[in-house]
Amino acid sequence: MSDSRAIAKAADYLVYDKEKKVYRQDPEQAVRDDVEKHYWLHVLRTIAKDWRLYVMLVPMILVFLFWRYFPMYELLGCFKVSDQTLPVADQLFSGFYNFKILLMGSDTMSLEFFRALRNTFVLSFYGLIFGFPIPIILALFFNEIKSNVLRSVYQVLTYLPKFMSTVIITSLVIMLVKQGAQTSSMGIISQALEKLGLISYDVGNAGLLNQPQFFRAIFIISGIWEDAGYGSIVFFAAIISISPTSYEAAQIDGAGKMAQMRYVVLPSILSTIVIMLITKIGSLLSIGYEKVLLLYNSNTFITADVVSTFANRYGLEGASKGIASAAEMMSNVIAMLLVIGANTIARKASDTSLY
Amino acid sequence: MKRKLEISELVFKIISYTLLTVFALMCLYPFVYAVSASLSGINAVEYNQVVLLPKDIQVEAFKRMFSDNMFWNAYSNTLFLTIFGTIWCLIYSILGAYALSKKRLLFRKFFNFFLVFTMWFSAGIVPQYLNYLQTKAVFNKVGIWDDKWLVVIAMGMAAMNIILLRNAFEEVPQEIEEAAIVDGATEFQVLRTVYIPMSKSTIATVTLFFAISRWNGYFWARQMISNGYEKPLQVFIRELLEQYQDPEFTAGWNEVYSPDSIIYALIVCSIIPILIIYPFIQKYFAKGTNVGGVKE
Repeated sequence: MSDSRAIAKAADYLVYDKEKKVYRQDPEQAVRDDVEKHYWLHVLRTIAKDWRLYVMLVPMILVFLFWRYFPMYELLGCFKVSDQTLPVADQLFSGFYNFKILLMGSDTMSLEFFRALRNTFVLSFYGLIFGFPIPIILALFFNEIKSNVLRSVYQVLTYLPKFMSTVIITSLVIMLVKQGAQTSSMGIISQALEKLGLISYDVGNAGLLNQPQFFRAIFIISGIWEDAGYGSIVFFAAIISISPTSYEAAQIDGAGKMAQMRYVVLPSILSTIVIMLITKIGSLLSIGYEKVLLLYNSNTFITADVVSTFANRYGLEGASKGIASAAEMMSNVIAMLLVIGANTIARKASDTSLY
Repeated sequence: MKRKLEISELVFKIISYTLLTVFALMCLYPFVYAVSASLSGINAVEYNQVVLLPKDIQVEAFKRMFSDNMFWNAYSNTLFLTIFGTIWCLIYSILGAYALSKKRLLFRKFFNFFLVFTMWFSAGIVPQYLNYLQTKAVFNKVGIWDDKWLVVIAMGMAAMNIILLRNAFEEVPQEIEEAAIVDGATEFQVLRTVYIPMSKSTIATVTLFFAISRWNGYFWARQMISNGYEKPLQVFIRELLEQYQDPEFTAGWNEVYSPDSIIYALIVCSIIPILIIYPFIQKYFAKGTNVGGVKE
């Protein structure tokens, strides 16, 4: 046994020289052995020789360490009794107390947490269902426009909202559906909806954003308005890369427009669709909290409150930092599992991994 | 060979032109409305007589805003944050991405994971807030009293942008770099004279992403900047909006313009810089979203 191992070890040192037809010692193996023996010394030596490259890495590492990884350490506060005056390491350990309050408590905080969790899922799920197909449809439409000038005009217009800040978007939304008062009438979109008979005068006059039943629709429609044009870029790129001969072949076979869509376009962009869908599912929980925060008010908490805004209300505005971090911890862990799961599926499904 | 359009194709063409036009107009309309409403008289705005074009034109709302020192303050603060924030983010992103793009870098997998993990898992608002408070304390100890610098240095990092840069650098042909090294160029010179010029379009895209996220940044700026004179434009707009939503504040309003017009005027002023540079940079957008082929 030990003999065979010694022979195998010795074989590492020998290479077969084809020209002279003899075995000779492999000079590289000695180096490899040396590296193995003094691993860290070699690491240091490599770094010292190439120090400029590693110096370049330092600022980026520091920035991410300080402001992305140190907060994760701060997250340990969710296992502690929150105390503002002490650093997180010195706070009293409380185990899963904060989690227990959120998950099994019977007070309003627990109820609000579950409400926030449900709202997070519902908002992002509806956003996915309604928001996902529209960029694809837009890309199909863009493909119909053969004039480059006209198409870029359409593209410029539809990408535009994406580059406006959340504050601008939400301010516009707030103003356009605002409530009426004695000296002013309701927002112009509310009025248009009323003229179309979709809402009654009283409903519009009370302000759509003050009523919980409209929050989801407003959030999702404004989200589509904001993202659809920009989101269509990916699909449009996939569609224009289809070779024109594919269409010609289909046309010669007598395919109409719908048949071409079904048998030429759809199969060609299917992989893009799958990838984008998986990514979207992966980021299902990371809903833009800024937008919710700017659009909601105490009247609409019941449908609008998401986990991040819940944490903002209790942790930043209130004093329950431990409980707020526990809530975020749970939702972020679920979010991470979703991302990793989605990415694994994407890798298996199509050989393209996003990260 | 010209072929006659079939009925189904014609119908689809008509549908796509119509719906696209409707959607494009929908995208444009709120901004047009904002411009019109900011230029219209009080009654026209309050009673929704403005639908598309301004009515009872006045420029008092703009005048009032331009005479407000706080507005110019906020505007210059936003410019400051955008310019310095973008430069700072670009510096460490380009340097880091360059190092990551080198196959010979030790622990390359680890560093990549270090970046990518921040996209998977974020600590959340509360821990981040506590972290920024500590950073603020440290900065104050060092003698940096302006919260602006905290926002510039500690915020706005994006792992995705670094990965975009890294992929662009990886595509630069080896031979050119080797030629530069033979000529005696150091690492920094190679980066400056070979890599940066050869991946101009990606750098432009990433610059754009950084600049837009800086220009639009709101939440953390509002949380961390305590001094009213250092507030950026987005925070200024939001606070003014909250103020004007309060009926008590606007009670006894006696002007030729509506309080809403001021908000609209502010919105217009905030989007004008984006609108001005927008047509020039629009061609870069498509590249930036093309991340499907990102490889590890």
